[in-house]
Amino acid sequence: MNPVLSVRGLDKRFGAVVAADALTLDIAAGQRVSLIGANGAGKTTFVNMVTGYLAPDGGAIALDGMDIARRSPRDVARLGISRSFQIPQLFIELTACENLGVAISGARGQALSFHAPANAQGRRDTAIELLGRFGLADLADRPISELAGGVRKLVDIAMALVRRPKLLLLDEPTSGVSAEEKFAVMDRVIHAVAPDAATIVFVEHDMDIVSRYADRVVAFYNGRILADGRPNEVLTDPEVRRYVTGGGR
Amino acid sequence: MKQGLHPVVMIGLVIGAALFGRALPTWTLSLATVAASNALIALGIVVLARTGNVSFGQGLFFAAGGYGVALIANVWGITDAVAQVMIGAVCSGMLGLVIGPLIARYTGIFFGMLTLALSMVMYGALVKSAALGGSDGFNVGRPSLFGMAFTDTREADFMLYAVSVVTTGLAGIAATILFRSELGLVSLAVRENNLRVEYLGLSANRIVTINFVIAAVFAGASGALALMAQRHIDPQFAYWTTSGEFVFVAVLAGYQSVAAVFVASIALELVRSFSNLYLPNTWQLVLGVFLLGVILFLPRGIGSLWIRDRHKKNKLPAQIPVTVDTGVVP
Repeated sequence: MNPVLSVRGLDKRFGAVVAADALTLDIAAGQRVSLIGANGAGKTTFVNMVTGYLAPDGGAIALDGMDIARRSPRDVARLGISRSFQIPQLFIELTACENLGVAISGARGQALSFHAPANAQGRRDTAIELLGRFGLADLADRPISELAGGVRKLVDIAMALVRRPKLLLLDEPTSGVSAEEKFAVMDRVIHAVAPDAATIVFVEHDMDIVSRYADRVVAFYNGRILADGRPNEVLTDPEVRRYVTGGGR
Repeated sequence: MKQGLHPVVMIGLVIGAALFGRALPTWTLSLATVAASNALIALGIVVLARTGNVSFGQGLFFAAGGYGVALIANVWGITDAVAQVMIGAVCSGMLGLVIGPLIARYTGIFFGMLTLALSMVMYGALVKSAALGGSDGFNVGRPSLFGMAFTDTREADFMLYAVSVVTTGLAGIAATILFRSELGLVSLAVRENNLRVEYLGLSANRIVTINFVIAAVFAGASGALALMAQRHIDPQFAYWTTSGEFVFVAVLAGYQSVAAVFVASIALELVRSFSNLYLPNTWQLVLGVFLLGVILFLPRGIGSLWIRDRHKKNKLPAQIPVTVDTGVVP
């Protein structure tokens, strides 16, 4: 079975700092992969290269066999990779529904209309349906500036989902969420994402979340892949315990 | 969701405003004509400002429209006011199509300074151009309307007022539809976070370019109206103080409301006229204090007087169970 995402020998340096060192990785359709590693290990750089924000110094990235390395974020999005952000990247003066509306316009793949109302019923219904999956339908008409951090994260993920991506990249979906609510939030995310995104890659620092929601874990260290396998294998790996998880869960 | 006035109602208001000119004294007709013309170009600046970019050089397109109309009027004898407005819009729109894609990759102060620089390049070229009358410019004939010539001053003023109000009014209706449209929404998104817009598969540069061209078209039509009112054109049309005046109106108005642009333009003309009349030596000071007052008390412009509560009206009751940490309904 061909991988959805195939990365070969990916390199990236920032001066003397090696952010990616010959990274090679295949992600198959339907997998739920967690990227773990200490700060500066290269996880977000990897996500930024895959989504076109950073151009790799060397190596290849292929989506469904098509080379996407050095393509712009816009092209990568159009080809089927969506992402959410560690710090939600939203349009804070717009409402949650309007934020989804912008994403709907991007997903249509047609020229933007000069006259069709942005809040037309069909577009609004789509936005409300998506927000509803995250339990946010009641907040549809609230501006983002009035919403709490956890809700913003969910809206950010909902926006990434509008395009029904082949691959969804979530950058720390539970960061900033309280310990009591992290499982509830992640349950909601996984439940909401399931109908549209068959393949999910999420960056995560919380090993409880990783072991519960990932079916594969890739551990990064100094721009290299330290371990790659099932959660129970990777999280008990001595090197991972030493360099990534800090010796315990 | 709130839709605002229906376009048919807006057309009715525009026609009403045009006919209201019959009841206005002559001196207010010319003041209203200038206010409408300035509102049109300021409206373009507001359209562009919704993408987060302010043009300090709309005088470039104001002059392009004016000179285009003046040259065509003198060479081919096209004096019809409606045709002249369209010619001005087309001339500037074409210039906008050339400049827009080049300038759209810049943002913020770089965008503003580049527009200013381009307008001053235009000014310099016009001053040096003997064929276009150099710094003195040249005159054009009195405009006609649908084959009718207006020899009576009052009738000519009313015709010009009506053409200005209808042109600006129609542009206002178009802008209102645009603001409510998909493009209008995405323009606001570009203003807030253009990188996120790109991540959603949209081209922020293309959206800025479209708004830039629309602003150029409005500026060109405004240049044609100003030309008809003065029956003379000179490089001052492209000078930075001229552009600054239009930005002044746009700042007064804010970017949220089309109606605010008209209110701001009329307010500015009234303040200028009366301060000029009663305080001839310090009228600029009065104008500056007026602008400072608006910035201080209405930082989002006059439009915020009736737009700022848009979201508050939609606020849900307090009993919505949103937790402090995440806002997630348990």
